[in-house]
Amino acid sequence: MHEETVYEALANAHDEGHWAFGTGFDEPLAGVDTTVPAGIDPADLGEYCVMLGDDALVLAQRLTQWITASPELEEEVAIGNVALDLLGQARLLLARAGSVGVLGRSREPATESIPDEDALAYFRDSDEFRSTALVEAANGDFAQTMIRLLAAATLRLAAFARLRDSRDPVLAAIAAKGAKELTYHRDHAARWVLRLGDGTEESHRRAQAGVEAVWPLLADVFTATDIETRLAAVGVAVDPGEVRAEVHEVLTEVLERATLSVPGWPADTPPRGRAGEHGPELAELLATLQGLARQHPAATW
Amino acid sequence: MSAEMTSEGGHGAVPTGADVPVEAKPATARRDWPLYEVFVRGKRGLNHVHVGSLHAPDGEMAVHAARDLYTRRNEGVSIWVVKAADITASSPDEKDPMFAPSGDKVYRHPTFYEIPENVPHM
Repeated sequence: MHEETVYEALANAHDEGHWAFGTGFDEPLAGVDTTVPAGIDPADLGEYCVMLGDDALVLAQRLTQWITASPELEEEVAIGNVALDLLGQARLLLARAGSVGVLGRSREPATESIPDEDALAYFRDSDEFRSTALVEAANGDFAQTMIRLLAAATLRLAAFARLRDSRDPVLAAIAAKGAKELTYHRDHAARWVLRLGDGTEESHRRAQAGVEAVWPLLADVFTATDIETRLAAVGVAVDPGEVRAEVHEVLTEVLERATLSVPGWPADTPPRGRAGEHGPELAELLATLQGLARQHPAATW
Repeated sequence: MSAEMTSEGGHGAVPTGADVPVEAKPATARRDWPLYEVFVRGKRGLNHVHVGSLHAPDGEMAVHAARDLYTRRNEGVSIWVVKAADITASSPDEKDPMFAPSGDKVYRHPTFYEIPENVPHM
């Protein structure tokens, strides 16, 4: 029997118009048991998935700003792959949030035909996003981009490695898949940081400047919100404070081997991004991400 | 702006005044990235096959660039990269003396044996 390829499936699916700005061709959580285990508040779980999903969505958007502008063609494809991996994680996490009913105000402008994860991505305002300043910050030059990617990937990998044992089976599965991807992202960023730091005088100077620019963004990444504390207590989430030692160790090791000087770790501040407080960077990023979809919310093709 | 034009070089009318740069920018450091040839072995394969080439600063980055460029669709489980400069290749000019003589030596092909009916695995 001839198995239908992906391309044939796309060509043969004429019956319904697909929403123009999402994939729409398959449900990310199709066939997965999405019931929330007993003892877990679905609203909390959904909010936590939004936190992790927004980090991935925003970082993916930042990384794709290098497309057509990367220093080398090979690097462009590599950054594109990293961004696509993160976009996949964002899609799964936001779909999980939608499956437990956490949709914020995104459903008002979005029509019913738009999948949950797309509604969350395209129709929420800045104040509903739960991403951290670390992923929202502008890219800067290539060195700064790689140092930010190193920090963000190390942080995310440390959390996902522990999330593989989460009591929510969907979150555990997403973490298991994501951990493999993040291992590569962290490795890719580390290789560049080593070569830039331990490179020419100019690359070293730019790498050190990148470190100074990224370090203050680590101020609120280890502070838990109430939701994370509650969920960590029931074995669903990872308390961000738990990963501090590992993240410090990894970043210090990479920077030292790259002959860069490690700045003092910033003092902990209360969570800002996780509480919905964002600067203008996020608004600017969302204007690009969401602009077209918001102008034509019911477009199909 | 000078009104002198030339059409040599096949790029249409190109101004040739003194203020028009005629050479590409001097080679920057990234032009020092050597060319690597990439070989990938698939899950079911026994040998690595040549899939393409890329530029990279060193061997390790070449392997990782090959992972990003040539294994996006799950093509393989093992990557070899070799600097193109390290490959010694036969020259197309020597094609005839190198390869033509083997074309008419039919006795080198094992096609004259008759395999008996009851030999199972040949």
